[in-house]
Amino acid sequence: MGVVRDMMKPFELFQPTELDGALDLLSRHGSDAWILSGGMDTFDWLKDRAKQPSVVVDLGGVSELKGIEGTEDGIRIGAMASLTEVATHPEITSRYPLLAESAEKVATPQIRQQGTLGGNLCQDTRCWYYRSGWPCYRAGGNICYANTPTALNREHCVFEANRCVAVSPSDTAPALIALDARMTIRSRRSERTVEAEDFFLGPATDITRMTVLRPGELLTEIHVPQRWAGQSYYFEKVADRKAWDFALANVAATFQRQNGRIQDARICVGAVAAKPLRLRNVEAALRGQSVDNSLLEQVGELAVRNARPLRQNEYKVSLTRNLVKRAIRDART
Amino acid sequence: MAPTHRIVRLTVNGDTRTAGVPVHYTLLETLRYAMGLTGSKQGCDKGDCGACTVLLNGEPRLSCITPVWEAEGLDVVTVEGLAGPDGALHPLQDEFDLHGAAQCGFCTPGILCSAAGLLARNPRPTREEIREALSGNLCRCTGYTKIYEAVEAAAARLGSGDAERERGERKEGVS
Repeated sequence: MGVVRDMMKPFELFQPTELDGALDLLSRHGSDAWILSGGMDTFDWLKDRAKQPSVVVDLGGVSELKGIEGTEDGIRIGAMASLTEVATHPEITSRYPLLAESAEKVATPQIRQQGTLGGNLCQDTRCWYYRSGWPCYRAGGNICYANTPTALNREHCVFEANRCVAVSPSDTAPALIALDARMTIRSRRSERTVEAEDFFLGPATDITRMTVLRPGELLTEIHVPQRWAGQSYYFEKVADRKAWDFALANVAATFQRQNGRIQDARICVGAVAAKPLRLRNVEAALRGQSVDNSLLEQVGELAVRNARPLRQNEYKVSLTRNLVKRAIRDART
Repeated sequence: MAPTHRIVRLTVNGDTRTAGVPVHYTLLETLRYAMGLTGSKQGCDKGDCGACTVLLNGEPRLSCITPVWEAEGLDVVTVEGLAGPDGALHPLQDEFDLHGAAQCGFCTPGILCSAAGLLARNPRPTREEIREALSGNLCRCTGYTKIYEAVEAAAARLGSGDAERERGERKEGVS
């Protein structure tokens, strides 16, 4: 019998059963605390030993963070709701099929069963230089290994690079931004609500964080408003493989139409920048318009006007352009 | 000083089992190294390959990235628990055998568990539903066609309610 090596470094485990207890622990341990939800991102980090937290706070026992229920003006989703629940919940599939489809596209059946919506939103980037534990900008160093003449950067960003060129990996984040969701963030002493769009951070704002969450804070629930329920929508994820893979690019869009014209729209692309990118210029160009080829050409160009591809990812520019055009042309009701 | 080990109590394949394991052990490590159940495979150990798939309360889950404490209180079924108490193979195992649906066999325990989970909630799956249910299990011998056919055959047998007799007949036919 061979020697069994513990893959993970030991840590001190806390298993609160109430939200207040969890917030107390996060406040007490600050940046030493690692928040464990479904574990899909966590165990990758811990087994590689690229992150070695001394304290792990497991949220699995906190029932306040679970559940999905309709509210007066929309739907409330606990951050610990599993991706399978989000993909199959009747209130979501009937009123917000955009969100259900985005959750359905994540990874594999096993991972959706175990992974949570909150985890899918808060997961760290997949840049392999960063995840291998290299001391890059995002890890507190002073170099980006993914943006050198010999770097492998086919999967990296084409928009809004700022030293770091990593991308946001989430499939559900663009959907929630398109649906104008709001995130509830709690800490021991405070509660705040931020728009989904403002929940994510690019490297220009903070190069070491993907979200606005600070040590001691927790994403507790996601609220999707009634406003975009039942409107026409589009979601598409392009990846090298149908299952498992993270997106090379994805798009989530929702449209309000009247008399054949687009009255209002929200469009967000993912996996092409460090945060999911809402395309406000495209949305503005669509308002009041009826869809024809020249409009599609025009907004397709608008969508990628600020693209700055790296050595190996120029394809993401045309991919993004085409996804945005397809979203407008092929939106479903 | 935080405890380095903990006592876990799991219901595995119908038996209640207790083990002392390091606090950070995964369900897979506990099954393999503390309970001697080595049927569930440690492939990538990061949730990428599906070889560690077990059933937790009937749902396929990746035991290599499930902390052991999460399985406490749940019904754990591993590949060792698919066969009947008398050792009679599960129709899925039998059909994998008859169809040659295992090549090197490393991915097979995980695929059997994913397929068993599928058939329990959807007794007559379409080919597309089988593909989707097994999309989280990699076979690098690339024998997917035989695997899908075996799952379809097992579903047909389970559906006919005459699994025992039919198995005997088909075995004779093969030999």
